Amino acid sequence: MARKVLVLGEVRDGSLRNVSFEAVAAAKTVAEGGEVVGVLIGGSVNPLGAELVKYGADRVVTVESEKLAQYTPDGYSQALMAVIGEENPEGLILGHTALGKDLAPKIASRLSSGLISDATAVEVAGGNLVFTRPIYSGKAFEKKVVTDGLIFATIRPNNIAPLEKDESRSGDVSSLSVDIKDIRTIIKDVVRKATEGVDLSEAKVVVAGGRGVKSEDGFEPLKELANVLGGAVGASRGACDAEYCDYSLQIGQTGKVVTPDLYIACGISGAIQHLAGMSNSKVIVAINKDPEANIFKVADYGIVGDLFEVVPMLTEEFKKLKVHS
Amino acid sequence: MNIYVLMKRTFDTEEKITISGGSINEDGAEFIINPYDEYAIEEAIQVRDANGGEVTVISVGNEEAEKQLRTALAMGADKAVLINTEDDVENGDQFTTAKILAEYLKDKEADLILAGNVAIDGGSGQVGPRVADVLDIPYVTTITKLEINGETVTVTRDVEGDSEVIETSLPLLVTAQQGLNEPRYPSLPGIMKAKKKPLDELELDDLDLDEDDVEAKTKTLEVYLPPQKAAGRVLEGELGDQVKELVNLLHSEAKVV
Repeated sequence: MARKVLVLGEVRDGSLRNVSFEAVAAAKTVAEGGEVVGVLIGGSVNPLGAELVKYGADRVVTVESEKLAQYTPDGYSQALMAVIGEENPEGLILGHTALGKDLAPKIASRLSSGLISDATAVEVAGGNLVFTRPIYSGKAFEKKVVTDGLIFATIRPNNIAPLEKDESRSGDVSSLSVDIKDIRTIIKDVVRKATEGVDLSEAKVVVAGGRGVKSEDGFEPLKELANVLGGAVGASRGACDAEYCDYSLQIGQTGKVVTPDLYIACGISGAIQHLAGMSNSKVIVAINKDPEANIFKVADYGIVGDLFEVVPMLTEEFKKLKVHS
Repeated sequence: MNIYVLMKRTFDTEEKITISGGSINEDGAEFIINPYDEYAIEEAIQVRDANGGEVTVISVGNEEAEKQLRTALAMGADKAVLINTEDDVENGDQFTTAKILAEYLKDKEADLILAGNVAIDGGSGQVGPRVADVLDIPYVTTITKLEINGETVTVTRDVEGDSEVIETSLPLLVTAQQGLNEPRYPSLPGIMKAKKKPLDELELDDLDLDEDDVEAKTKTLEVYLPPQKAAGRVLEGELGDQVKELVNLLHSEAKVV
């Protein structure tokens, strides 16, 4: 059954986030041959419309306003509800990002719709659109369908493959004018603390440190390795509690859940709370002095050794690899 | 100040997860206050101590949640309310819970509602914003700092590692992120006092709701465990050779770099 499906694209630092292209791919599955319409909301987002089309959207609707230059649930919900009113979609896909997590439940409430959060896969099975999502911190999975409202889901970054970019695709980019009224939460300041460039939850490579990094400076070699691999730095709760790094880097049951292609755990013992945040990574490497460390049980590859010796050597080897390839 | 906390009793995910009869086996498992809700309870107590007023902790669930509500009272909350859905709701979802909570809260004139930003079992993080939307009050999720100055509220919010400083006003709903505070352990006198604090129990009927009003809008078809991962390889030999081998394996075998 062909459906019209909206995808909210997400803009960060002037470009579309990867998860938006993944969301388009998910929307294609949900649309079952119907139209996929990208939605972009912001201060100035029109120029990005064409990019969303190249990744598979059939056309794009933008809502631009100075009041939408920064995300607020009131501003964005008014804009998105206006597009939904105009388009009457049967499906809606957002990324399960800070923005998607914050906005989607409000939209679901507005529409009196079901919502499946944090989906890692979507498929058509038995005439239903079935979403897979992790529960119990990734220790189990459930398959779920929406029974009332839109086919509405947020998708976890790094899990659904985007479609190949097709430079030849073209589609209409139109703008919808929306009078944005009351915004009840005003952003006064944004303090950038996250690692420069690569977002931890979307990173393809995560280099994480535990108590074994021993100090704030101990994170330096990890940062260098992450830089060479184009990845992000994360941490265990132990490292955060010891004030070696900011809590924003924490991966685990409390903290972030990441599913990169490659997770390199340095000086992390592998407490069960930490495993909850990273055990679904595609490939896990453990570097630890203690051969009995729990982290080796979930690692695909392990090196027993001092991270301060191993990590710089790894950085050098990867540099050589990059030069050769 | 009239403060409410939305609390969920959750399975402790440190427990080993097994499945029986198509759902997670709860027999003998340890149950706890959802860790993010603990931050919400702690913050509510601190806000009350600074501004005066009363903290009421609400939970939607079955009578087993009384234990966690008593713990919240022992931490220092003033009142607890259990909305017992055991007889009425078989397969609720986030819509169900939010609808029930909002129905309870709609005439309570809450100044501040706190919740955890996500529960560690279901992990959807929908209920807080859904409740705020139904009550038509602003919300801020994943907060790490809350300052109340009369009607003006300044909130710091964690946004994937960055921090947003947000100005808003009461009434307000916020959801707690790690780093907001350090939840206290209940003290022995606190535990003794908690036994005498009011814990009301309501059912859907008391809220003028029936089963159809709260019927779930999603359905779970299947719950399963992820495939067991084969044991990994711990490399051997000279450290330098191990490092070369690892890079080679990641490049040629695992193909991730």
